[in-house]
Amino acid sequence: MRGNHVVAEAAIRAGCRFYFGYPITPQNETPEYMAAALSKLKDGVFIQAESELAAINMVIGGSMAGVRVMTSSSSPGISLKQEGISYLAALELPAVIVNMCRGGPGLGNIAPAQSDYFQATRGGGHGDYRNIVLAPSSCQELAELTMEAFDLADIYRIPVIILADGMLGQMMEPVEFPDHKNPKKLSPKDWALTGAKGRPGRVIRSLILDPVLEEEHNWKLMRKYERIQKKEVRYETFLLGDAKMAVVAFGTAARIAKGAVQKVREQGLKVGLLRPISLWPFPEKVLVELGKRVKLFFVFEMNMGQMVEDVRIALGRDGDIHFYGRPGGVVPTPLEISRIISSHYLRKRL
Amino acid sequence: MKKVFSRPRSLRKVPFHYCPGCGHSIIHRLVAEVIDEMGLREITIGVPPAGCAVLAYFYFDFDMGESPHGRGTALATGLKRALPDRLVFTYQGDGDIAAIGTAETIHTANRGENITALFINNACYGMTGGQMAPTTLLGQNTTTSPGGREGLRDGYPIRLSEMLALTDGSAYIERTAVNSPVNIRKTKKAIAKGFKVQMDGLGFSLIEIVSPCPTNWRMSSHEACQWIEKEIIQYYPLGVIKDVTKRGQGC
Repeated sequence: MRGNHVVAEAAIRAGCRFYFGYPITPQNETPEYMAAALSKLKDGVFIQAESELAAINMVIGGSMAGVRVMTSSSSPGISLKQEGISYLAALELPAVIVNMCRGGPGLGNIAPAQSDYFQATRGGGHGDYRNIVLAPSSCQELAELTMEAFDLADIYRIPVIILADGMLGQMMEPVEFPDHKNPKKLSPKDWALTGAKGRPGRVIRSLILDPVLEEEHNWKLMRKYERIQKKEVRYETFLLGDAKMAVVAFGTAARIAKGAVQKVREQGLKVGLLRPISLWPFPEKVLVELGKRVKLFFVFEMNMGQMVEDVRIALGRDGDIHFYGRPGGVVPTPLEISRIISSHYLRKRL
Repeated sequence: MKKVFSRPRSLRKVPFHYCPGCGHSIIHRLVAEVIDEMGLREITIGVPPAGCAVLAYFYFDFDMGESPHGRGTALATGLKRALPDRLVFTYQGDGDIAAIGTAETIHTANRGENITALFINNACYGMTGGQMAPTTLLGQNTTTSPGGREGLRDGYPIRLSEMLALTDGSAYIERTAVNSPVNIRKTKKAIAKGFKVQMDGLGFSLIEIVSPCPTNWRMSSHEACQWIEKEIIQYYPLGVIKDVTKRGQGC
């Protein structure tokens, strides 16, 4: 099954019946699948909005009403959604937003890239906030993380970003889906706008004119983010047990890096891989622990160096951290990466 | 003693903060009265804008969800699609609905979304201090059209309601004003009609309400009401623009 279809099917299985989007390559198969699948469901709603701005605001409306709701797009379209994502964060509304990232900046191209790491993990829109960001590296993981994203969004009342790329969206792999969730059996949302039946009117708002109260709201969000940082870190390790050098990569880049690690292992080099799955919260503590026994780090990304900053923050001055990036939608081969890994490794005489 | 006049159930016991002579207080009351009279309070969800009326949620006692500037009708679309049997309305100023939110408004109308937009036209940006709005009249002085609005330099006052009437999805569009007791009564009837059209599932309804802004117009309340009569209504004629419940009317 194609990655973009996997996302859509997983959303429906998670109990999402509301999809609002606007076409953009390389993710069009997601809205197309949603249009077909939701029209067959009695409670399904699909709207092709007039813009990404409209789509994300329809998401806000659906989320206010208490339903599971999703939108998907790719880099330039995600930029347009940032205003709405900031509001989702401020209003503490759950939503799932999929970014099948492409080469940029500007219109860029439609090839796979990881250039939206900063945008996704730092909030992206105006104001002081974070999103949960999940980075799958296979179609199977696209299915699992998409379903999980809806649960996390509801638990923490936060927008959750699935940050993948054109490669994952377009590739086809066998997938085993978790079972369907019945949207009617999801836990009720006692904060949603449903009409003030037998109660005073409820308000969902983000305008807080008193700076002291706005500060309080910011700290409240911060405490939530700290809970998430404690509980929701996700990562995968590969051959790190005896490793003298650690490669750090996420998503498609991690998949390429895994192949590269296998190649250099064949040459007898003790190299392992750390793959952050949650990009925010970033597996900082895992890196700190790893840094106690591994002294050489190599970060590979399909951008000019974004996640590497989080690696540097985690390891501080002690880390010997090297970076290799291929921006613009270029996808290097495992062989290319393995050569760079082994040259760093051999130069250090590990 | 028999009580003949009281605060509507749908209004909270909170004094309005609006400027003296502003139309919002009147319109808020009309909306609350209509919702009470139609028995809709418990199924109503309102969407306030960015603008003076963002604080509407402090006054209305029913569910309210704040919208980013201009996106009210898109947000209301999401609400209404999720809860199709509720009354969903947006409350938007002219800058909100006819400048930054034009695309959302036109496409919401064109989809025939079963919502009602209350479009408050005061010919300027009120909250930000009286800048030129898309509805500002030619020759009208504002802080960003000093010396008066010029069509070929600043653009012409836009007739959004007439534009929306051209979409096949719009069901009921009327322009009213709140500058006189007669017009206030007509406005109340128009709001009730818009809500009824929505509850009957006929499609998009919009009531444009010309409303005084004495503070930013630099006028007394009385002058502002007269200025609406003499100037605004000449460019923006009052009346029903489209009504699908009556054959042969509208465009």
